Amino acid sequence: MKFSVKVTLKKDVLDPQGKVVQQTLQNMGMDTLKTLRQGKYFEIEINENDEIKAKNKIADMCKKLLVNLIIEDFEISKI
Amino acid sequence: MNSSVIVFPGSNCDRDIAVALEKLHFRNKMVWHKETSLPKSDLIVIPGGFSYGDYLRSGAIAGKSNILNEVIKAANEGCLVLGICNGFQILTETGLLKGVLLRNKNLKFIGKDVHIKVIDTDSKFCNKYKKDQILKLNIAHNEGNYFTSKEHLKELENNNLIPFKYSDADGKINDENNPNGSLNNIAGIFNDKKNILGLMPHPERMVDQIISNGDGVNLFTSLLN
Repeated sequence: MKFSVKVTLKKDVLDPQGKVVQQTLQNMGMDTLKTLRQGKYFEIEINENDEIKAKNKIADMCKKLLVNLIIEDFEISKI
Repeated sequence: MNSSVIVFPGSNCDRDIAVALEKLHFRNKMVWHKETSLPKSDLIVIPGGFSYGDYLRSGAIAGKSNILNEVIKAANEGCLVLGICNGFQILTETGLLKGVLLRNKNLKFIGKDVHIKVIDTDSKFCNKYKKDQILKLNIAHNEGNYFTSKEHLKELENNNLIPFKYSDADGKINDENNPNGSLNNIAGIFNDKKNILGLMPHPERMVDQIISNGDGVNLFTSLLN
């Protein structure tokens, strides 16, 4: 089974990289751009047939290594 | 006093800290990250550098290495632990210190000497400094912007767990002399038992008048006091 994990900065955490990307796009003339936040994306394949079990295992990976829960949120989806 | 310096692939301040410790009469051993036991240590130092090339997040991979399990055990039993720069990032990733070090506010790697004000001297690490003393220490980091929850920040301030803050030469602490955007100009923090210290500045680079200054010496000699 294959899953994607989207990691984003929590709302109240400053995202200086995203801000610079946003400003650059705005400087390039993309004047309808309102906000931009940058995140991380993982694709994970797992040897497990039960979707709930697989998601739990991936959530465990997120909590133990992939995500810093102080500043980041994550979202798991099947692909 | 026996010290151990933990070495990861990508550590680059491990030799500097070893030289500083030996100069100041510590009996030091270098410990490779794959080891599963620590030599007898009164002080464990996690040095600066770019462990694992800062992959994933600074300090995240090193924080899961074999030897870190032993460091966590020793720290919880009261052993003195000092994390400098990447070492501070590793300590936050393991949870030995709360909070996180974010990318510098100006998005630039900062490598320069800055003024640091001594805020609290009541600890094994800082007892030879004087309160409100101004030090000049080197910083060299891309992720030194300390962030934590409001509750924890209050705890840090109220319980004197912030020994060092960025300041100007006169000791003024404000946004102007905050190099990286760190909350309340924090340059270093303790855990609540004050046996674990995380620092962004490099005291080990300031132990020799000929090549820099001696402002880092007291951090190490305090421990021998």
